[in-house]
Amino acid sequence: MTSAAPPTTVETDSSVQSAPMGESEWRLVWRRLRRKRLAMISLVIITIIYGMGILAPVIAPYSYTATNLDIPRQGPTREHWLGTDTLGRDMLSRTMYSARTTLVVTTAVILSGSLLIGNTIGLLSGYRGGWIDALFMRVGDVFSSLPGLVMLILINATLGERVTASVRGFERSTGIGGLVSSGLPSYLLVFSALSLFFWVGTARIIRAQILQLRERDFIVSAEALGATPWRVIRYHLLPNVSFLIILQISATLGGIAGSEIVLTWFGVGVQPPAASFGAMLFEGSGTRTFQTAPHLLLVPGGVVTLLLFAFNLLGDALNDAVRGR
Amino acid sequence: MTAYVLRRLLWLPVLLLIVSFATFALARFGPGDPIAVIAGQVRDPVVIAQIRADRGLDRPIPQQYLTWLSRAVRGDLGESYAQRGFEVSELIFPRMWISAQLGLVALIIVFAVGVPLGLLAARLAGTWMDPMIIGTLLFLQAIPVMVLIPPLIWMFAVKWQLLPVGGWDGIFALYWIAGVIAIPIPNPHLYIPLVAFTLPGFVGVARLVRITALEVNLEDYVRTARSKGLSEMTVQFKHVLPNALLPLITVVGFALAGIIEGAFFVETLMGINGIGRMTFEAVTSRDYDVILATTVVFASAFVICNLIAEIVYGFVDPRVRIGGSSRS
Repeated sequence: MTSAAPPTTVETDSSVQSAPMGESEWRLVWRRLRRKRLAMISLVIITIIYGMGILAPVIAPYSYTATNLDIPRQGPTREHWLGTDTLGRDMLSRTMYSARTTLVVTTAVILSGSLLIGNTIGLLSGYRGGWIDALFMRVGDVFSSLPGLVMLILINATLGERVTASVRGFERSTGIGGLVSSGLPSYLLVFSALSLFFWVGTARIIRAQILQLRERDFIVSAEALGATPWRVIRYHLLPNVSFLIILQISATLGGIAGSEIVLTWFGVGVQPPAASFGAMLFEGSGTRTFQTAPHLLLVPGGVVTLLLFAFNLLGDALNDAVRGR
Repeated sequence: MTAYVLRRLLWLPVLLLIVSFATFALARFGPGDPIAVIAGQVRDPVVIAQIRADRGLDRPIPQQYLTWLSRAVRGDLGESYAQRGFEVSELIFPRMWISAQLGLVALIIVFAVGVPLGLLAARLAGTWMDPMIIGTLLFLQAIPVMVLIPPLIWMFAVKWQLLPVGGWDGIFALYWIAGVIAIPIPNPHLYIPLVAFTLPGFVGVARLVRITALEVNLEDYVRTARSKGLSEMTVQFKHVLPNALLPLITVVGFALAGIIEGAFFVETLMGINGIGRMTFEAVTSRDYDVILATTVVFASAFVICNLIAEIVYGFVDPRVRIGGSSRS
């Protein structure tokens, strides 16, 4: 969610970090982090929710698609700890699989959007400069001038059918079955659309840091010794921006998870029968529904709030820890 | 300064063109066939070809775009696909007005509540309440709008019957004292939407003000002001606040993004006939010309407000307008 939060970016004063971050310094950050009770609580929350997502096929008591119309909208019982939804599906299992969706989407977007695209562009722009830099930064300007959510809704609403059709075509030509019915096309669309908007922040931060590093003696001497650009980037620049990358990841996790939920709430994100918190929240959001079956909203709402809260706490604490507080 | 404003202003049409073209291409190229929506049950190829020609959908997309653009700048946004016989513009403008009113009130509240809250939080920094305050702010920010609204409606409108369940009835309502004197009060229809609307916003602003004020509180001139024996109120509002305000201008854009985003949920869940609800309905009914129009409207509003914020920022902070590329 590109919500009203201040920019999900990290400041890059030169004062923050002057020495390269070695192994021991990461240990220092970790030690500072461990002293913060809130940060540890948030780590525990994230681990539990993501763990639920990873282990969902193993620990879920029911299938997330198994309906039972005899017991629709039932409150918590001994058989269904968190009750059942409108189709009589087990809410606990749905929650676990929704956590899995969140896990998959956040991981994929972090890997592709932040790490791959954002990093590469940031490193290239900062190190190479010139027209490459100008081009990427102008493109980034355009993206950051757009209302992200509105564009994401538009992209997902219009391209959904086409992506599904092309995946279906892929199924036919290769003989691999079950891709469309597993909801893969909607996952693909959601995470590519999100990656499209989540690289800008990372790229800008990395670029700003690289611009400062490029003038430093150790880079200049490495170049003078004839190090290839690849070697300079791999061994001299990358280790020096890694802490920024970690900070940026922790700052954007909540936004990515929130965006997927919002898109699915709108009906343009992950498509049924795949489970998502967005779909669960939508189902529970009517006033009448809330009056008769509040658990339909409160169960996913509680988990989502906890998760976003944990992301916020962790981002804050990590920021402090890296800055030496 | 003039050069800076000019540069930012020149950027505006470029952005709007990019946004509208991207939106247009997506709305036209994206869906399998918009004709299928209009034609409905009709499968007669002659009729379909006729509709296609009428709407100009048989021409290449760049050409269609130019036609659409030349009409759009004159306020003609085409005909709605789902609500046949209605111009998109006559559907969209009344709703824009409602959303704009609501958004403006929300924006004012975000800053009016967020700034004092942030100053207060900064005053209490370092005390035992500090972690609690940060924790509470972060927690409030984490509650999604769509989770917040149903309990609020249920509690205030259904259970205690204090407020209307939803709808839109203008910003002000008349409150009659003894049936004789009428005084304008904020319309009760607004209370729940505004709480849901502004919560993430003012919490975000409060956090930012807290961080900035913490730094300003350490400045020498603040210590001097205190040691002169000025009252805490004077110190906070005359010395700390003006210096903590600068970064706030840049978040106007983000606050606005939050409000635009909130409009979707608040208007949809509260039955307010604004542009957010309209977008939601258009997305669910695949009404592409309406989606196109609302996206362009949202994007323009967003871009223009950001531009104003940037220009104001340039006025206040000379460093911004001197640097060649102001947004590295």
